[in-house]
Amino acid sequence: MLSRVQVPASARRGEIVQLRIAIQHPMETGYRPDHFGRRIPKNVINTLVCRYNGVEVFRAEMGSGIAANPLLQFPVRVQDSGEFVFEWRDDSGEQGESRAVITISAG
Amino acid sequence: MCFLLSPLHNVCAICCVVLVAPALAQHEITPTKPRSGLEFASPDIRAMQADDFANPGMLWVTRGEKLWSAPAGRSAQSCASCHRDAATGMKGVAARYPRVEGANSKVVSLEVRINRCRTERQQADPLRYESEELLALTTYVAHQSRGLPLQPAAKEDQAALQRGHEIFHRRQGQMNLACTHCHVQNASRKLLADTISEGHGNAYPVYRLEWQAVGSLQRRLRACYFGVRAEQPAFGADELLDLELYLARRGAGLKMETPGVRR
Repeated sequence: MLSRVQVPASARRGEIVQLRIAIQHPMETGYRPDHFGRRIPKNVINTLVCRYNGVEVFRAEMGSGIAANPLLQFPVRVQDSGEFVFEWRDDSGEQGESRAVITISAG
Repeated sequence: MCFLLSPLHNVCAICCVVLVAPALAQHEITPTKPRSGLEFASPDIRAMQADDFANPGMLWVTRGEKLWSAPAGRSAQSCASCHRDAATGMKGVAARYPRVEGANSKVVSLEVRINRCRTERQQADPLRYESEELLALTTYVAHQSRGLPLQPAAKEDQAALQRGHEIFHRRQGQMNLACTHCHVQNASRKLLADTISEGHGNAYPVYRLEWQAVGSLQRRLRACYFGVRAEQPAFGADELLDLELYLARRGAGLKMETPGVRR
């Protein structure tokens, strides 16, 4: 699954940084019929988790109310240089992953 | 519109007299300077377009960037094999499309041009209209011209331009409306909750919130055909290509915004 992440390349220790992720996904609600009147099965990104050096810092559980191609933004206080790993999964079982590295300078 | 197309002035005048009541002709607004659809959009949508991360159309740009250097077809060549870096090689290219080529004044849009590269150079199958791949490549190429003014060739083929002009001013569908009735005579006024734009194509392919996806100018044109309850031409039909050419001429000078965001 195609995604774009926005993580600052560097920050000061203890700084609060904003992380953003955009994922290309139809976020099918499950309420729409197709051209033949059959219900299109619900298929949304139900879970997205962000880990910072292995520690979970953000989790989102989404449903039918979220528009296609979701954009998520959240703040994280950073202490150490390391890697943010974003992982998500949709109702069809498809998984996605994206990574970004941040370098921390002393206070 | 007549003043923009002095050679067509007589044709337009005839249209006005024959097809439109004289009272309507007096109200025909001819904007001196074209205004992008962005000016008619809500602050929320303008903010979404202005932020390159929040703009969902950038996902298609990202996909197009990947496809640009992906080998395709029996030649195993990618776009980058010939055109190198798109940021320099493709800068300003989309602003000069569509254009007219050949003796039979055939209109070549960016989509047609990309597919020609695929079949003739890459020896690959052409991409289907509105396929994710073609949309991504078109959006990526057009994105390289963002901020540059639409610059249709100075010597456009008059025959093709006139065909486009006639379509723009032709009443059709159960609503019996021409493009000009909404996008010239009633531009900036309300159609239900929406503000009618002047109908320029300078932001295409755009991310439309209604579509929840990026779509081509032809998809938008077909939506207008549906809106006036006229028969929709197929994707890639000559009629839509002629209309695209005319729209580019009509919006000449407008800065490209690809990928734009619209309602």
